[in-house]
Parts: sequence; structure tokens; C-alpha cells
Amino acid sequence: MTSVLYDAPGPGAKRRNIVYTVLFLIVLGLGVWWIYSAMDDKGQLEWAKWSPFTESQAWTTYLLPGLANTVKAAALALVIALPLGALFGIARLSDHRWVRVPAGVVVEFFRAIPVLILMVFANQFYATSTDISTEMRPLYAVVTGLVLYNASVLAEVVRAGILSLPKGQTEAAKAIGLRKGQTMRSILLPQSVTAMLPALVSQLVVIVKDTALGGALLSFTELLNARKTLAANYSNVIPSFIVVAVIFIVLNLLLTTFASWLEKRLRRAKRSTGAVLTGEAMEDLTATGTPERLSDIRKTDGGSGPGGGGAVP
Amino acid sequence: MNLRKASAAAAAVLALSLTATACGSDDSDSSSEGEGGGKKITVGIKFDQPGIGLKTPDGSYTGFDVDVATYVAKELGYAEKDITWKETPSADRETALERGDVDFIVASYSITDERKAKVDFAGPYLLAHQDLLIRSDDNIAKGADLNGKKLCSVAGSTSAQNVSDELAPKAQLKEYGTYSECIDALASGAVDALTTDDSILAGYASQDQNKGKFKLAGLSLSNENYGIGVKKGDAKMVDDINAALEKMVTDKAWDKAVTDNFGPAEYKNEPAPKIGNIVS
Amino acid sequence: MFDFLEGYDLLGAFWVTVQLAVFSGIGSLVLGTILAAMRVSPVPLMRGFGTVYVNVVRNIPLTVIIVFSSLGLADIFGITLGAADDFDALSFRLAILGLTVYTAAFVCEAIRSGINTVPVGQAEAARAIGLNFTQVLSLIVLPQAFRSVIGPLTNVLIALTKNTTVAAAIGVAEAALLMKEMIENESQLILISAIFAFGFVVLTLPTGLILGWVAKRVAVKR
Repeated sequence: MTSVLYDAPGPGAKRRNIVYTVLFLIVLGLGVWWIYSAMDDKGQLEWAKWSPFTESQAWTTYLLPGLANTVKAAALALVIALPLGALFGIARLSDHRWVRVPAGVVVEFFRAIPVLILMVFANQFYATSTDISTEMRPLYAVVTGLVLYNASVLAEVVRAGILSLPKGQTEAAKAIGLRKGQTMRSILLPQSVTAMLPALVSQLVVIVKDTALGGALLSFTELLNARKTLAANYSNVIPSFIVVAVIFIVLNLLLTTFASWLEKRLRRAKRSTGAVLTGEAMEDLTATGTPERLSDIRKTDGGSGPGGGGAVP
Repeated sequence: MNLRKASAAAAAVLALSLTATACGSDDSDSSSEGEGGGKKITVGIKFDQPGIGLKTPDGSYTGFDVDVATYVAKELGYAEKDITWKETPSADRETALERGDVDFIVASYSITDERKAKVDFAGPYLLAHQDLLIRSDDNIAKGADLNGKKLCSVAGSTSAQNVSDELAPKAQLKEYGTYSECIDALASGAVDALTTDDSILAGYASQDQNKGKFKLAGLSLSNENYGIGVKKGDAKMVDDINAALEKMVTDKAWDKAVTDNFGPAEYKNEPAPKIGNIVS
Repeated sequence: MFDFLEGYDLLGAFWVTVQLAVFSGIGSLVLGTILAAMRVSPVPLMRGFGTVYVNVVRNIPLTVIIVFSSLGLADIFGITLGAADDFDALSFRLAILGLTVYTAAFVCEAIRSGINTVPVGQAEAARAIGLNFTQVLSLIVLPQAFRSVIGPLTNVLIALTKNTTVAAAIGVAEAALLMKEMIENESQLILISAIFAFGFVVLTLPTGLILGWVAKRVAVKR
């Protein structure tokens, strides 16, 4: 598509492109040089600040346990949020008004509130009203916040996944005499699960990123917080930040690559209905409003390049 | 076919996440055994304060608080290997004691009336003062010199408030998440001084990589009586710990702990405080 | 019942939240459009830069970006945004910078998907009458693309509004920080939380409804 925007470069355009490339390269180079010299100037490039990352102990004592907590919170949140989300997603499709409307209100409510607010609330609630040990409380609070928010996002994913199936599926089910529950259980859900998989993996990236909120504000010892103890030992605040950022990037790139691989595979799958809910389509679901778009999701064309798609910012 | 493979992949993801959950959660079991049967004791400390309580790369713990806690635990009948260390962030200390998550807390825990309403204190075992850490080529002789300077402290700490309320209202206050970040800002010149208890400051200044870069200004801006936090009403524990602290001072282990942890910072420590003698 | 609200500047905190959202919204729209233009430009290096930017920034937690802009940018790189001597203003501006940098990646992707919805014939016709890349993009493609991405951009804006709470991590006195302070000092946990939840619902729901209506009005009928 992009090449449609400009002609195949002739000699003049080629020259111009080279000039632009060189100019851009100079700007980039200046930027990099400025970063380098500023860091050098402040002593951030001293080997002593970076060498800890070549030692196994810095990883086994601080970073890996932190990463394990990050993964643990994210996995727990996904595993709990998924059935909850499915429940609410299906409830929103109910024929009964008294089921559909409350489910819709709950979903829209939790999607409209920042995760951080939910986490802070859960943390305080557990501290004052429950018997959870102080050590485990941050984990519980982080997972609770993530579950409340992501279950409501996943409810929309499930709903969209079911809506993305061709109408013929429901009609055929009706024709052979299946009841509503049976249609949902044995026809719609199994097919929509495969359609939803890529979107689910994309949402996992969002969950992983949001665990860092607990580290910064609830003293949950995930990766970002483990960095704190590491930096207290080696006095390398900035380098440790960079290393932690790189770990997050690698982890999430793996997830997004996996998501787009899944998406491609499912799109090719002959026996499925070909309905795939991409990460791209997810963007439409991440905030409030516009339910009429959901029926269009099947038409969403992939081709979004590397990374598969961005879920909620 | 692909459908089946995809489902298998999904199952694999789920299984992976479950394993991650499972292997992550077994590390918290060793905690709640009290003083009884298992002969284990759980002590709350800080994990990220050099010189006070610090988790080192090999997984052991160092610092003055750790030395005091180890000595006290030994007097109570627990060898070093029987101690389970737990991180108790400032905001969680009272709750951790009330709930019995830890047996006692040695974590730069100043004795205040507000806290005494919720927990009991043994000690004090150290008299610290709020002070300033400055670059070694800098000079700040009294509190008023801070006016117009940039000051760093940790978000929500009382030290920062003290300065901006009383000593130097015109000082700019930057609040970070941890003291390490303040140290970085101090080294780079983004702030002019870091303020908190002199013991904590001395701990940072004594770290190998910071030696010679910073110095204490030597102002005694407040009195902080570090006590050992114990569950409210556990009078026997308070008495036992007090006895242990007295012994630690008489057999000079206390002096050694001070030199070991704060020595390189030229920290002029107060003599070991008398038990129950709270300097206000 | 609401006595405990005394002494807390609730409206002020939400006003800061709104300011954060508006300023970084404008900033990320500009930066995101530039990045999107880079990603479809004829210069391979710019395309590469755009792709790397989006894939890197999108995968870092916002918390890391915000805290790093406070620690790294201000202290190491000396970026003080004209507020070197006023730390409150500095954190506020750095938070806007961090939110802008982060949100721009999502704006870029939204606009790029919008470019993809513009029929190929439009760009081909534009080239046929002799327009160059910049003209094709700015006169023909982007105006149509913008109209079709108001929906996705609205979602980004709503997410941005909620993301402003992360600025609490560097001490910007916005709604989430005030909530944290209030529930630590007061006992009405449920009531306080409900007030803040309501505040965010009030901020985000109308935005979604109004812009959703706008999106329908301006959509290119095909």
C-alpha cells in the first residue's frame, strides 16, 4: 500500500532520497552523539556501573526474581480475567435485558477507570479489611486491579470474537434444533476462541506493562522494583533503568511476534471460519463507545506490518 | 489441522503461565513459623539501604540494622541460619507487626508517639539525626544556607517536610522514589543536598563506589531514636530484646557494628543510647 | 458525610489530570503524525526509524518511561524544559513529555491504519495529476485518513486520560496521587474511591460519546 503514495523513484528522486537519507543520518548521529556525551559527562558510561550486568549474581539475586514476579502477576491476571471476561462478554450478548444491561454497565465502568486507581483501591482494601499477609498483599492488589480492568476488556474481545463469526453458524445451529446455550457452548465459543487468540496475546503485553505500576506505587517487587535494590548496591540508577527497559522490550516483542504468527496461521487455517480478531481490531475495543464497529471486525484487514497490533496504550 | 495446532499452542501458553505461577509461589511458605516448633524467627528489615539493611548480590544481608538484629536473635536463641529476613517498607511496618508477619522489625524505625500507639518498641539502639549529604567540594554550614538550594529526599518522608517547613522555606524540594536516585542526582549536580537520617546518609557515603565523593554536613536537624518494633503487648519480647541490646553495648559488638557499617563516612555517631532513654 | 473532603483540592487534582491529557494529547498527535509520515515515506532510513520507534516505545511500560524522563532526562541530559528552578513545574512538564513520547507510538499506528483505509485509487489519481509524495500525503491521503481514524484516536485519547495517573509515580499532584494520599489518611475508603472512579468516568465517557458522534459525522462515505 505504502508504495502507492509515491512513484517509483527516477534518477532525480533517487538523488533526493539519498540527500534526505544523509540529512536524517546526520540528525540521528547528532542525537546519538549528544546522548553519548551527556552520559559520558555524567559518568554514566563508567564500566563499574555496567559491569554488574555481566555477573550472574546481579541477575539471580535481583532481576530474575523480579521478572518472575512480573510474569507471575501477568499470568495470574490473565488466567483469572479470561473466564470472568468470557462470562461478561457472553452476558452482554444475552437476549434478556436484565442480564445484558447490568453486564454492560459493569464492563463499561471498569474500562473507564485507570488501572492504577483500581490497584490503589485494592491495596488499601486488602490492608484494612482482609487477612492477607503484608508480603503477599501487593501481589494480590496488583492482580486484582489487572483482573478488574482486563476482564472488562476481554469481555469485549469475547463479544467481538463471537460477533465476528458468520451468521450462518448460528442459523445452522438453530436449523438443527440446538438451544441457545448449546449453540453458544458447542458452536460459537469454540470457534471464537481461535479467532480471539491473537488479541488475547496482544492484551497480555498490556498486562505485562501494567504490572510495573504496582512496582512503582505499591511496593510490589516486580522487575521495576527489583531494580531499586540492585541500584542501591551498585549505584547505577540509569544503567539499571536501561537494562530493565530492554528486558521489557524483549519480553513484549516475543509476545507480539507470537501474536502475529498466530494471526497469520489462523488466517490461513482452512477449516476455521477465517474470522480473526487482530490486535489492530483490539484498539477499537480498548476504550468506551462505538459498539457498532464490532460487527465490522471481521472485515478488518491484517497487513499491519511487524508487531501484529497495538492493544491498549 | 492448523486449528488443532493452534489450540495446542494455546494450551501450551496456558500451561506455561500456570507453571510460572506455580514455581513463583512456593517461596513464601517458610515465613509464618513463629518462635515455636521450627525454631525460626522472622525479622523485618530494609532491603535497599546500604549501611542499614541491604540485600547484597550473593543474597546475604548487610548493614547496621542487620548486625543488631542478628545479635539480638542470637541472644534470643536463634542462630544466624534460623533467621528469615523479610522486607518491610516504611508504610507496611505497623501492619506487618500487628498481623504477626514478622517477629520484630529493625528497619531505621524511629520511635514516635504515633507509632507507639500501634506497636511496642525495644531500645532505642541508635540515636540518629536528620542531616544533609553534600558533594565533598561543597559547603553547607547551617540550615539557612539551604535557601535557594535544591534538596532531594524520598517521597512522603518527614525529613523533607522538616526542612521546607522550618529550616529553609525557600529551598527547592525534589522527591524521588528511593535514596539511590537522589545520590545519582547529587552526583550529577541536579540537586545540591540529600536530606534524611545521618545513619542512612553515612551508609550511602560508605559504599565503595561513593567513597570520597560525598560528605555529611554535620547538622543535627532532628533526633531520631531508632527502636526495635515489636507487636503491641508483647512485654516479654521487649524485655528480652532490651537485655540483648544492653549486652551488645557492653561487649563492644555495638561499636564494631558502627565502625563496620558507617566507618568510611567519618560518621560521628552518638554513643550507644541507654535503653528507654528517648531523646526528643 | 463529605466532611473529610475538606483540606483536599479535589477539583485542582482533576484539573491537573485534564491538563496532562490535553497537552500530551496535542503533543502526541503532532509527533504521531510525523512518525506515521516517516513510516510511509520513500526514504528507507526514515521508515526504519519509525518502525523501530513504535516497536520499542510500545513495548516499554509507561511507568518506566515516565520515571526515566524524570531521572534520566532532567538529571543526566539536563533537559529542564524551562523549569530548572521549579521542581513541581518540572515534573509536570516531564510527565507531559513522557506521556507524549509514549502515546505518539499509538497515534502513529492509528494514523497508519487510517492511511491504509484510503482507497488506492485516491493516491493513484493524485500521482497521475503530478503531485509528489509530500503533496499526496498532506493534500489527499492524510485529510481522508484523519476522518476515518477519529474513532481509534478517540480510544487513544481515552487511554491517555487514564494513563495520566502514572504521573503520580514522579509526584505530579494529579488525581491518582491525591487519591493515594486521601485513602492513607482518611477511613472512607469506598467513598473516596467511588469519587475518583466517578471523576474518571465523567472525564472519559463523554469524550467517547462526543467524539464517536463526530467520527460518524465526518466519516468518508464509501
